[in-house]
Amino acid sequence: MQLSTSHSQRHAGQPIVRAERIHKRFGAHKVLTGVDIELWEGEVVALLGINGAGKTTLINILSTLLKPDQGTAAIAGIDLLASPASARRHFSLTGQYAALDDFQSGHENLVMMARLGGLPRRDAHARARQLLESFELTTAAAKPVSSYSGGMRRRLDLAAGIASRPAALFLDEPTTGLDPQSRHRLWQEIRQLARDGTAILLTTQYLEEADRLADRILILHHGTLVAEGTGSELKGLLGGTHQVRFSFASLEDLDQASALTQATAVDPDAWSLTVATSNTASTIRQVLADLGGTNVANIAILQPTLDDVFLSLTEPNEPTQPAKEPAP
Amino acid sequence: MTTSTLNFRSGTSVMVVRELRRTARSIDGLILSIVLPAMILLSFVVIFGGAMNTGTKYVDYVVPAVIVLCAGYGAANTAVGVATDMTTGTIDRFRTLPTYGSAVLAGHVITSVLRNFVSSAVVVGLSFALGFRPAGDAADWLTAIAVLLVFVVAMTWIACLLGLLLSPEAASGSTFLMIFLPYISSGFVPVSTLPEWIRGFAEHQPLTPVIEAVRSNLMGSAASDDVWLTLAWWVPLGVAAHLGAAVLFRRTRKR
Repeated sequence: MQLSTSHSQRHAGQPIVRAERIHKRFGAHKVLTGVDIELWEGEVVALLGINGAGKTTLINILSTLLKPDQGTAAIAGIDLLASPASARRHFSLTGQYAALDDFQSGHENLVMMARLGGLPRRDAHARARQLLESFELTTAAAKPVSSYSGGMRRRLDLAAGIASRPAALFLDEPTTGLDPQSRHRLWQEIRQLARDGTAILLTTQYLEEADRLADRILILHHGTLVAEGTGSELKGLLGGTHQVRFSFASLEDLDQASALTQATAVDPDAWSLTVATSNTASTIRQVLADLGGTNVANIAILQPTLDDVFLSLTEPNEPTQPAKEPAP
Repeated sequence: MTTSTLNFRSGTSVMVVRELRRTARSIDGLILSIVLPAMILLSFVVIFGGAMNTGTKYVDYVVPAVIVLCAGYGAANTAVGVATDMTTGTIDRFRTLPTYGSAVLAGHVITSVLRNFVSSAVVVGLSFALGFRPAGDAADWLTAIAVLLVFVVAMTWIACLLGLLLSPEAASGSTFLMIFLPYISSGFVPVSTLPEWIRGFAEHQPLTPVIEAVRSNLMGSAASDDVWLTLAWWVPLGVAAHLGAAVLFRRTRKR
């Protein structure tokens, strides 16, 4: 499902990352069945999916760590499969586990990554100092990483990922295990990197993270992209834009009400039911008129969340989007 | 010189600095490289030495074996560093760098040689204080050093291979083999004093020619086949381990 306006209208030139019809199976298990993905300069794209949806596999394919069984992928116009070594100059991977040496200081870790990325010694030191400053790690620069807090490690890890100024940055669950404050801090850093022009693809299990951070969200389910769009576009997928929740004074009232209305969900424990609607005012008038004497205790208008969209697309019992047939 | 050779060189030097820091900054690294070799030497010369009867001064007999034991164990410990790297995200990030990925393993091997050079210097220096009086000339010493170099490089590649295959705990366990295997050789006691059933192994296991080659050169009684036997064992072992490690390094993913 393509909800966004065509990218050629929003972007000029070539995407930094372009992958088409990516298939990957491990033994009999099909992990990816025909995924297309584009990543443009300065945008943050979130890849959302449950565990096992294929997020990390896709990131590993784009990072040249795995070869797809079928499909093509290019970064900065360089074919990943034909010339992985040259393509590696243009992206960097920050995996699920911080790739830092505990026995080296923050500065030493950054110099190492900058030098391995091809910077000469002097430039590498200058780059490390600059990164420590922009990630506010200068005071801890000379301390071994083993003394860093979780949030500081993740920030340093992110800094190490961009030490050689890649055009594209792949982040695999960048904020997993962080406290809310550190997570917000990291979001700011990621947004700043995108403003500076880096194309960022991140995987996440946190819908809030995708909603708040990403310009575009891709929902990956059973190896295919089942939805794509901005957070609000995806929320629009749920027939009604809002849900109205009516709470009742007793279970009897609820039973009576649910017989009279077209509720989308009934919660007997909370004596409440919800109705999905695109026009809340008329729905409330309508329902109250239908219910007559039934005792409505409370009415609440619920904003749809990305969780609702995500669950409706990935719940095993709910019909999801028609499954895309793998390209021949 | 091509860009990739330049990248490989600077990549390797960066990795050597990294591995040296790993050793120098950990208590384990320092104990393994300096304290342990000294302790082993002192145990054999001072504690067991009085009871040993090898026909020569025991210190002259045992020092070559201690050097080989410590070098082998030191090299084997590379497995722990490699295995630890494999369990963190570090190796994946290295593999996605434009730098030739094998710089990582080359860095381990060069560092292992440097580390064992220090360990061996500690053993030799201390053994002089304990009465070690080698009779070899400069050429004999160079031959002994060359034999040790071949052994350490080969042993380190084997350790790299094990590090790529095993968990850090199992890799650490594998190093104990290098503590015990040298005992079943002509290194610490003459083979004739061993039980008969184990003599065959002691005489023909791959560590025996290394110890004999180092000993015969340091004691100035060179011109034996042991140098060639060392090469015959350890060059193929090292090359095979190197090729295996290079393939595994590109392929292995823990998840």
